[in-house]
Amino acid sequence: MDKELQDKIEGLISSKKIFLFMKGTPDAPMCGFSAGVTNVLRSLGADYNSFNVLSDMSVREGIKEFANWPTIPQLYIDGEFIGGHDIVVEMARSGELQKKIGA
Amino acid sequence: MTVQEIREKIQAGLPGSEVEIQDPYNDGVHIKAIVKFSGFAGKSIVEQHRMVYATLKDELKAEVHALGLETKV
Repeated sequence: MDKELQDKIEGLISSKKIFLFMKGTPDAPMCGFSAGVTNVLRSLGADYNSFNVLSDMSVREGIKEFANWPTIPQLYIDGEFIGGHDIVVEMARSGELQKKIGA
Repeated sequence: MTVQEIREKIQAGLPGSEVEIQDPYNDGVHIKAIVKFSGFAGKSIVEQHRMVYATLKDELKAEVHALGLETKV
């Protein structure tokens, strides 16, 4: 991945404590898994920023390499890759996500 | 890519794993895989999912765009 793209991705992730790469926007998710993660974040009252990967093909592909993770959505907290839809849902169920968000 | 082929790919990549594939819409696209594998022991959930994804590298680039995943040791 070129430096410019990596800087862009890192800049996005560090712009907010909780950052979500998704398809669509929180108000208009374009995929079921992206919708699922925004529902979880909303239910927890999380304050987060998001990026619509459908608006930028380089980020859409670059983020997969960046996280060594083949799918979108991807959630980051404090710059750390947390996981995709299934992990976010599981962590919310166990209470772990609430701890990370509140910490 | 059939559900059977996905199961075989995961099992080939994670020898000894037990794999259950759910295809709730019967469309071969929105698939959920439940993978039980002793090699997950001591690994984080992110690492466990990465191990499964690695067995489906090419498939995830193409048609299986919605793979749900649940991993167990």
